[in-house]
Amino acid sequence: MISLAGRDILHSWGKFVFTGVGLGLLIGATLTMAGVYRGMVDDARVLLDNSGADIWVVQKDTLGPYAEPSSLRDDAYRAIRGMPGVARAASVTYLNMQVQQGNRDVRVMVVGFEPGQPGEPPYLLAGRQITRSHYEAVADVRTGFGLGERIRIRRHDYTVVGLTRRMVSSGGDPMVFLSLKDAQEAQFLKDNDAIVNERARTAANPSLNRPGVPGLLEAIQASQTVSRSVNAVLVQVQAGRDAEAVAEPIRRWKHLEAYTRAQMEEILVAKLIATSAKQIGMFLAILAVVSAAIVAFIIYTMTLGKIREIAVLKLIGTRSRTIAGMILQQALGLGAIGFVVGKISSALWAPFFPKYVLLLPSDALRSFAAVMAICAIASTLAIRAALRVDPATAIGG
Amino acid sequence: MDGFGIRIENMRKRYGTGDTAVDALKEVNMTVAPGEVVGLIGPSGSGKTTLLKCLGAVIEPTAGRMTLGDQVIYDGGWKIDDLKALRRDRIGFVFQAPYLIPFLDVTDNIALLPMLAGRPNGEARARARELLEALDVGHRARAEPSQLSGGEQQRVAIARALANQPPVILADEPTAPLDSERALAVIRILNRMAQQYDTAVIVVTHDEKIIPTFKRIYHIRDGVTHEEAGEGREV
Repeated sequence: MISLAGRDILHSWGKFVFTGVGLGLLIGATLTMAGVYRGMVDDARVLLDNSGADIWVVQKDTLGPYAEPSSLRDDAYRAIRGMPGVARAASVTYLNMQVQQGNRDVRVMVVGFEPGQPGEPPYLLAGRQITRSHYEAVADVRTGFGLGERIRIRRHDYTVVGLTRRMVSSGGDPMVFLSLKDAQEAQFLKDNDAIVNERARTAANPSLNRPGVPGLLEAIQASQTVSRSVNAVLVQVQAGRDAEAVAEPIRRWKHLEAYTRAQMEEILVAKLIATSAKQIGMFLAILAVVSAAIVAFIIYTMTLGKIREIAVLKLIGTRSRTIAGMILQQALGLGAIGFVVGKISSALWAPFFPKYVLLLPSDALRSFAAVMAICAIASTLAIRAALRVDPATAIGG
Repeated sequence: MDGFGIRIENMRKRYGTGDTAVDALKEVNMTVAPGEVVGLIGPSGSGKTTLLKCLGAVIEPTAGRMTLGDQVIYDGGWKIDDLKALRRDRIGFVFQAPYLIPFLDVTDNIALLPMLAGRPNGEARARARELLEALDVGHRARAEPSQLSGGEQQRVAIARALANQPPVILADEPTAPLDSERALAVIRILNRMAQQYDTAVIVVTHDEKIIPTFKRIYHIRDGVTHEEAGEGREV
């Protein structure tokens, strides 16, 4: 038996291809939206992977350090290091800020870490790790900085000595790594004018500048200019130890919050990007409805253009299922063309997105099934119209 | 006349009910023998199209009897369950315009019917080529309908009507869009094919050019048929 749908597509392939390309661009946008969501989830996972931690210790009753602000004393790691099952523990700071790169502003996450400890960038594309205590930085390539370039952060300039890759915050901002001390200063130390102002205010406070108590004012002023806070302590557990079993005593005895890898992933994926995921989900739903409407409209219009042929086919005894099959196959053919175009176009434009777009083969397979289902559903309108055609219209004009 | 291709006895068709009922066909009697071509003529509104639709098993008559070959297909009700198969296998249609399927080539336009009837593709296409040769359009077998002249298209439409070797062909004003020469050529072909394939042909027409060619004519007026002898002019 001849494939009526195939012959019709071959006969008017130009119309089919152009329509399929239009539909494909829409499908490409849909695939990209899914890729944006996957990219967000992947960024979150990469952030956790690259930190090299098994447990994140943060301020009590917070979801820090990524989802909420968290502040700990910078010696907290010493006490944690002595807890059972802890192999290594190190302080880290995280600060989202904007830096100047050439003539443009770049949104980055400044990470303070101790060299050789958890939190250090695990691999470099070029250059070396930070070896000096101050004014050196390792930057993700997406910041746009090159080796030897200088980054202005707050009051100081930092020289880029190493470049890394896929080191991003959960929001997709590329990271800039500094030594812990530099990062603490960048985050907690006030500027000179603020320090002078703060000293004057302290000196003017009679309860802090008491007559007859020498050295009190100086001690208080000194403490105001020293930054002794960090955002979290990253902990690596000893081999074979259960992270939850190690985290529990930290929570209980150190009065801090301790999250295992699974709990932190839950915070990042299920809580932090949940709203964005819903937003993208809504877009996907709308795009699916728009795609279905377009396919339905196109197939319906094509079918109306063949009413006379369909009447003749019915008059000469063509079964309804043959006619319905022809329309269904055309809708599926259109969907297949659209999917191929959409897959190619999304793969072509994904690298140009500012944030990471992750196109998974499994998503592509699911999308293909969804496109086919949408096309099948969309063709029902045209099939109904075709089945209602009276074969008698072929007779008598 | 040996036997008949199609016989209609006392066929009636009423549209609607009660006060609004219209009797489109009041008394139709026709017999067309295998190999015979008869004309069915009548003014507008006389019931020609309704009769054609009843004969084509597209609409159901209200009363009467219809016999196709040796099989009664209507006798106060359809005697056959599958009217689509009846139309596909036992009735050929030729329309005012050829109405060829534009996305099939000439061969497949004809082969489609045997294929729909379940014949193998090769056999169906061989039958199509045989008919195209018989109708002198064999050289256009691979062409698309849009590449054919009007006369060629109508010959392909006739070939399609003959594809399943039906006992009867219903031709609805098949020469309307054609000039005299081509119109007479179509009638010549219908006569030749009717005899070659032993098919009864009913030609509904207004066309003054071809009416003299029929040996027998059925006039239909106000839903009643009247048989007349035609001139039977050679074409």
